[in-house]
Amino acid sequence: MSVDTQKGRPDAAAPAAHPAIELKGISKAFGPVQANKDIAIRVMPGTIHGIIGENGAGKSTLMSILYGFYKADAGEIFIAGQKTAIPDSQAAIAAGIGMVFQHFKLVENFTVLENVVLGAEDGARLTPSLSKARKLLTELAAEYELHVDPDALIQDLGVGMQQRVEILKALYRQADILILDEPTGVLTPAEADHLFRILEGLRREGKTIILITHKLREIMEVTDTVSVMRRGEMTATVKTAETSPEELAELMVGRKVLLQVDKAPAKPREMVLNVENLKVVGEKGVERVKGISLSVKAGEILGIAGVAGNGQSELLEVLGGIRNGTGRITLNGEEIDLTGQNSDARTRRARGIAHVPEDRHRQGLILDFHAWENVGFGYHHDAKYNSGWLMDNEALRRDTEAKIKKFDVRPPNAWQTAKNFSGGNQQKIVIARELEQNPDLLLVGQPTRGVDIGAIEFIHQQIVALRDAGKAVLLVSVELDEIMSLSDRIAVMFDGKIMGERLPAETSERELGLLMAGITDTTRDVPVEEIEANLARKDGATP
Amino acid sequence: MDFNTIIQILDSTIRLATPLLLACLAGLFSERSGVFDIGLEAKMLVAAFFSAAVAATTGSVLLGLGAGIAASMAFALIHGIASITFRGDQLISGVALNFLASGMTVLIARDWFNQGGRTPALMDGGRFQPIDLPFATAVADVPVLGPIYSELLSGHTILVYVAFAMVPLTWYILFRTRFGLRLRAVGENPGAVDTAGISVVRLRYSAVMIAGVLCGIAGAYLATGLAAGFVKDMTAGRGFIALAALIFAKWRPWYALGACLLFGLLDAIGNRYQSIELLGVAVPGQFMQALPYILTVVILAGFVGKAIPPRAGGEAYVKER
Amino acid sequence: MTLPKWADVVLIPLINLLLALFVSGLVVLMIGEDPINAMKIMVNGAVGSTYGWGYTLFYATNFIFTGLAVAVAFHARLFNIGGEGQAQLGALGVALVCLALPWPHWTLALPFAILGGAVFGAAWAAIPAYLQARRGSHIVITTIMFNFIASALLVYLLVSALKAPGMAPESARFPEGTFLPNARDVFGMIGVKFARSPLNVSFLLGLVACFLVWLLLWRTRLGYEIRAYGHSEPAAIYAGISPFRITMITMLISGALAGLMAVNAVQGEAQRLLQDNVLGAGFVGIAVALMGRSHPVGVLIAAVLFGALYQGGAELEFETSVPREMVLVIQALVILFTGALDNMVRGPVTGAFLRFGRRPGATTKAAE
Repeated sequence: MSVDTQKGRPDAAAPAAHPAIELKGISKAFGPVQANKDIAIRVMPGTIHGIIGENGAGKSTLMSILYGFYKADAGEIFIAGQKTAIPDSQAAIAAGIGMVFQHFKLVENFTVLENVVLGAEDGARLTPSLSKARKLLTELAAEYELHVDPDALIQDLGVGMQQRVEILKALYRQADILILDEPTGVLTPAEADHLFRILEGLRREGKTIILITHKLREIMEVTDTVSVMRRGEMTATVKTAETSPEELAELMVGRKVLLQVDKAPAKPREMVLNVENLKVVGEKGVERVKGISLSVKAGEILGIAGVAGNGQSELLEVLGGIRNGTGRITLNGEEIDLTGQNSDARTRRARGIAHVPEDRHRQGLILDFHAWENVGFGYHHDAKYNSGWLMDNEALRRDTEAKIKKFDVRPPNAWQTAKNFSGGNQQKIVIARELEQNPDLLLVGQPTRGVDIGAIEFIHQQIVALRDAGKAVLLVSVELDEIMSLSDRIAVMFDGKIMGERLPAETSERELGLLMAGITDTTRDVPVEEIEANLARKDGATP
Repeated sequence: MDFNTIIQILDSTIRLATPLLLACLAGLFSERSGVFDIGLEAKMLVAAFFSAAVAATTGSVLLGLGAGIAASMAFALIHGIASITFRGDQLISGVALNFLASGMTVLIARDWFNQGGRTPALMDGGRFQPIDLPFATAVADVPVLGPIYSELLSGHTILVYVAFAMVPLTWYILFRTRFGLRLRAVGENPGAVDTAGISVVRLRYSAVMIAGVLCGIAGAYLATGLAAGFVKDMTAGRGFIALAALIFAKWRPWYALGACLLFGLLDAIGNRYQSIELLGVAVPGQFMQALPYILTVVILAGFVGKAIPPRAGGEAYVKER
Repeated sequence: MTLPKWADVVLIPLINLLLALFVSGLVVLMIGEDPINAMKIMVNGAVGSTYGWGYTLFYATNFIFTGLAVAVAFHARLFNIGGEGQAQLGALGVALVCLALPWPHWTLALPFAILGGAVFGAAWAAIPAYLQARRGSHIVITTIMFNFIASALLVYLLVSALKAPGMAPESARFPEGTFLPNARDVFGMIGVKFARSPLNVSFLLGLVACFLVWLLLWRTRLGYEIRAYGHSEPAAIYAGISPFRITMITMLISGALAGLMAVNAVQGEAQRLLQDNVLGAGFVGIAVALMGRSHPVGVLIAAVLFGALYQGGAELEFETSVPREMVLVIQALVILFTGALDNMVRGPVTGAFLRFGRRPGATTKAAE
């Protein structure tokens, strides 16, 4: 189990005789779920290797095994040609592997310096370690454009900065192989571009980079080679230059995929939702929504684009009755309360607002409840589910059976616990519950997060069908593709404000990306420093 | 109230604060690592019993101290196994251990000594003796400072000085050592520690076992320093007062010292006076006894600053999937 | 990973209980007694006679109430460790009602005593509940603190305002019109001989409480909301369920149930207010709720089991050298094994179910 670090390291200057990483026959099961099945992969040193796959395909599991976070049930790992056992993260670090997790592994109330030093201290006393780290950090920052204040507390940094700290942590431990798990999920397109430049720089230094993502565009832009995973198996490894997004999508899903939503032009009618000067104060007393105004008409989908943590969640939650706010909101011309007794979610539902929340695990479902109990969730006061003092569980179960059938929930078992459905089927339960209420306004956040592609198509169709039935839809998504293809109008949020509204046909990803970074003058060339300065000015940047 | 009375009350404050302080620092180590410990009471109680029992049998207070620490560590180990290895509910484990200690000590005491759940009274060799600090007698007659030195600071048992020395030591360990950095980190975000290649389990076990040692000393002090033998349920809620002090101190060592001295003072005053006149109102002794608990509730209510526990406290570490 | 339901609610608690009893047996062995013999004495003492049954069910009545109190709170993910203090206050409420009037008949006194116990118990739970709901103060710590405060309060009242003439710090004896019919009287009326014991009509009240709690949790909207809130607070808010309202109502119900214990212990048996009217029953409630998996039927079974344990333990002390504290040890072990060491048993059991082919819960969920 011991690792000969020195021998194990690939020498950046030497010719690349061995792959930097080679995995053979890796398998891993979580209980009855086979997350990885007999996986083999080779990554050559000094390359950027992409791993792409749908949610639940087993990408993160595989990389967590490489990082020693999980133990594989079977298989071998070779680092620079040497067979290496990686029973824990310590062994991975010793073998020169660093990993930036999707959810950062930082201690919030520690400084950057303390976080970098943690686990890589030089001795029992702390002070010498800290001063050494401070010096090294300055050098690394200069070398790789990774500037960050070593004495800042993590909780005061934005997500982009926090990600840099994670990269610095790996470099401080002299990682030669860097794994990044969905690194751009929390970044604006401009920040993502900057990250990719940093990765380019690291590659030039001879480092090997593995990039896990579900975004085809990123794979095409930055990787040298790409591996595709599907249902725990590695379906293909190809040179990026020799493939296309369509081919990759097909490899991911196992069949041809429509990357576009099929929909007729919207026929907007009367105003349903009107928001004026809405302000929302968040947890730490920071203003998260800073006086926005917007409106949604019957028969149209308004998409809110933006990087996570720019106030979209708060906007949805105020409209859904989960948070308080100030300002004026009318629904069908009548004002709705933003504080007090009648501002809760129950009242909202009674007024005809349905809400598919951003996080179905945390909000939309009670994971330990049966499917039928979840179908009544939020509507459990409805007369149809009650008889007198008591709940009419029979009626609720009958209704569930009907919804399961209509929305093709699998397995079609009303008694199954919500947590035992797949992500897509869980989302179908939520969508069925909310859409079947026949609301005037549908709030929908991240409708396809963690949902397999088959279910994505179905869910998109359902949302469009609701629009075509003359209902108003407010869609929030961090997936720009989703916003572009579903929306009839797009509003971009940054730092609690709306940067502008565009029509999908008349805008581009580049323009939306700049708006997402708070730059409204989108006609000129914008230097990345300006974007960063803009993002740094934003307060309470953590989502 | 004359000067002598004040000295006496303060002297008694120091003695009564000692077990609280040790237990409070024990809780500090454990909870800073993310393991809640409402079983401080249990550990003190078993330590009190076994230290008194061994001291009574062997006549050696040091062997007694060793036995007390060992017993307390055994309980700490159970808490560790339940809450770290098997990821059980830390609060429930603490509750169980409190009952276990309360029942087991009397059970064994009856079996061994047949004195209705007590140990025999400890003779001189079986107790910790007061230590006179240098020149204590020489300066005793100096006005004001003399009595403060010779009566208040001098003349305590070694464990009292150990307890007070633990405060700066704990501070140093926590904020100036590698172990302290990791300990604080694991109580805030065990995922960060795990991915940095450090064993979360080992760190938390170390913290829990340190808590065992400190509670062991606290219990031994109760039975062989403060009192002369073990009696049923002799901790009398001190473990919970220590817990209260820990919250009061917001999980910081120097504040813990202050909180424990305050609660020790309340105890000392309550012991000395049946009731006190305050602004013409007679305050009953029961109120004084309840005061630490009331104060803790007030603190917890956030009326006097907010007490924010370590973020990962109370939750077993499960790698996310 | 989910187990079949029967394994979760029957098999695992049973294994936990057996483990606790096994370790207890070792303790008995250590004291130099025969565990099998001790077990026989306990079982015989607890259920071998109407006398034994009387005491067993009397204790069980206490534990039903305190167990339900903990169980209801558990469903809202609130750990109410303050049953002891709430029951003490409940005792005060019952005592005040009983002492207030020269009650002519128990049927008149009982409803008011129930009200008194419930209201006082609920009131004592209300403050920690409010602090949890509004100020975020950890309810475990505040309820522990309130146990100590309650006990100080009762001691104070019994040496001052409520003290009866005489040496002992206790209240005056309740008027006879408050005395509840006991099992001997009730069975006597239908011609069945039942030994003298403190078992009284409160036991029936306990059964009614079990049924009402079941109805509340699984058949009413409030119960649905309590359970939903207990599983996920953000989800509850999303569904329009007010955390403040649920925390308050749940704790009030929990405190009231704990307070009702006093109807049995104070009005039914002691017939006066004492310094300690609860004698640890508030804490036993934790063990009972854990063993009973927070389900009223489970609580009922566990309460009777613990009642038998208490009564059997008393007999054990009488007949052997095993002291009464053995009961406390067994109780601690039951809490430890069913509450804190649950995964120790659950892991291997789940593994066994996996190995023998029957996939628990037939999961289709993929992993990332």
